[in-house]
Amino acid sequence: MSAPDLTIPVARRRQDREPWTLERIIVHALLIFFVVLAIGPVLIVIINSLKTTPAIFGGPFDLPTAKTFSLEGYKRVFTRGNFIVNYRNSLIVTVTTIVLTVVLSTLAAFALVEYRVRLASLLGGLFVLGIMLPIRLGTIPLIQMMLAWKLMDTLAALILVYTAMSIPIAVTLMVTYFRTVPTDLKEAARMDGASELRTFWIVLPLVRPGLAAVAALTMLPVWNDLWFPLILAPSRQNQTVTLGVQQFVGQFMNDYPALLAALTLGAVPLVLLFTLFSRQFISGLSKGYSK
Amino acid sequence: MISPAAAYRNLLLFVLPALAVYLVFAVLPLATSIVMSFFQTSGTSSDTFVGLANYERLFTHPTISGRFWNALLNNMQYFAIHLIVEVPMGLLLAALLTSGKLARSEGIYRTLLFIPATLSVVIVGFVWRLIINPLWGLVGFPLLGTESTALTTISLMSVWQYFGIPMVFLYSALLAVPNELVEAANIDGAGGWTTFWKIKFPLIAPQFGLIAILTYIWTFNGFDLVFALNGSAPGPNYSTDILGTYFYRTFFGSSGQLADLDLGAAVATIIFLTVLLVTAAYFWLIQRRLKSYSV
Repeated sequence: MSAPDLTIPVARRRQDREPWTLERIIVHALLIFFVVLAIGPVLIVIINSLKTTPAIFGGPFDLPTAKTFSLEGYKRVFTRGNFIVNYRNSLIVTVTTIVLTVVLSTLAAFALVEYRVRLASLLGGLFVLGIMLPIRLGTIPLIQMMLAWKLMDTLAALILVYTAMSIPIAVTLMVTYFRTVPTDLKEAARMDGASELRTFWIVLPLVRPGLAAVAALTMLPVWNDLWFPLILAPSRQNQTVTLGVQQFVGQFMNDYPALLAALTLGAVPLVLLFTLFSRQFISGLSKGYSK
Repeated sequence: MISPAAAYRNLLLFVLPALAVYLVFAVLPLATSIVMSFFQTSGTSSDTFVGLANYERLFTHPTISGRFWNALLNNMQYFAIHLIVEVPMGLLLAALLTSGKLARSEGIYRTLLFIPATLSVVIVGFVWRLIINPLWGLVGFPLLGTESTALTTISLMSVWQYFGIPMVFLYSALLAVPNELVEAANIDGAGGWTTFWKIKFPLIAPQFGLIAILTYIWTFNGFDLVFALNGSAPGPNYSTDILGTYFYRTFFGSSGQLADLDLGAAVATIIFLTVLLVTAAYFWLIQRRLKSYSV
């Protein structure tokens, strides 16, 4: 029996080296099973997109070897498909929508928290209602509006609709962040003679996590949408990645390497972005909808 | 202090840009759609008010109404499968993630499990179509080509994509359960299982209502996955037709069906009412009751 052992706090020792109890093994095993279920299909597509056609069917679960490795699929996607244009369009639409949504909803949320008149709670309620509003059901008047304003088949049409679609959840989410800003700070700024816009600038750094959450939450549905690109911007030079993949896959149903390459190109950028911003996205998702 | 007049002016100045975009491109189109459903706008030189004629056609015309009820029933099944499979799966995973047995790997599991929800449905549809392709030999039966299994197959593909969403809601709710409560239960000799069902579960119960209603709204807005897999006349024999594809076909037209904007507006209004009534009922009845029970 040596006394010094007891000086190590029990709690810390447990954290440093947790024993592999049966319970712990079961928890990990179950989670690994679901992880394989979740990303296995994606990996199968990526792996097979790097192989020759006979290898794809000969051993769909084998890794590419020196003999079966091939980038032919990717070559054909870039020569026959329209991927550079598709990516450019998706980037323009998604980035512009995110910037507009973040700017407009941050301004609105600041005011809704700041000026506690009766109209503010009414407007706040109007935005909350919008979260539940199925914007697709207004598609027919949207088509007519875009035709009348000569915006049909433009990226601008998509940007306007997506911004309108993203604003309700973005405002609601930003309101929860602005509520956490201490009143003292704003009052101090006003005492120093700061204008309201200046006060807004001063508190903005305090809600930075909210800005990231809004951006992350706006990105996914916009990039992945099929409905509005199909209806409002279907022509070849305005197609987004999602619509481009959909049409490419429909056209080249039998060219498996090209098909798998197209699917990979459609999926990978967003999966990478999500992995980088998953914390912001997940906190935004649970905070924004739990109102 | 700011005077009330200045407060109103500032409020409007800050809110107006967001409000304008939201009203013009979301609220106005939906409202116009409802108005339009009472008019005859195509074919005539001026719009004529026709009362409920569009609705009459929607509910009595043999093919139009038959397909509508079929799409509605399919949509209910689509929603039910999501709810029945997704929620227990999300609960299990959220419980595992917050079991306190993971330490640093918790964040990695959480991110990996959510990846399917970041894919576009076009990709999800084709990935699964390839995997269940009889050529690859995983399933020797045409699941998507058989009337009785096609809708369930598509629903499960969608469940595979979105189980991360209920997982994240429940995970966040479980993280919010005060540690003192769990510790107190542990001191009283309750194990992980008892603590979960007796302490944590009742506290996260309101989340189930929220998940159910969001799933309802999202599935009744469903379109992309079915369209990506089966086009706008989703077979076999319309067995995978849901309200979104039915709506698209009505106003856009498809082979064997002429585009009809007014009928489309009527369909949109009915879908809107279906979503609105259930959502409103949820907020008035269930949410209120859940709130009064939970602390």
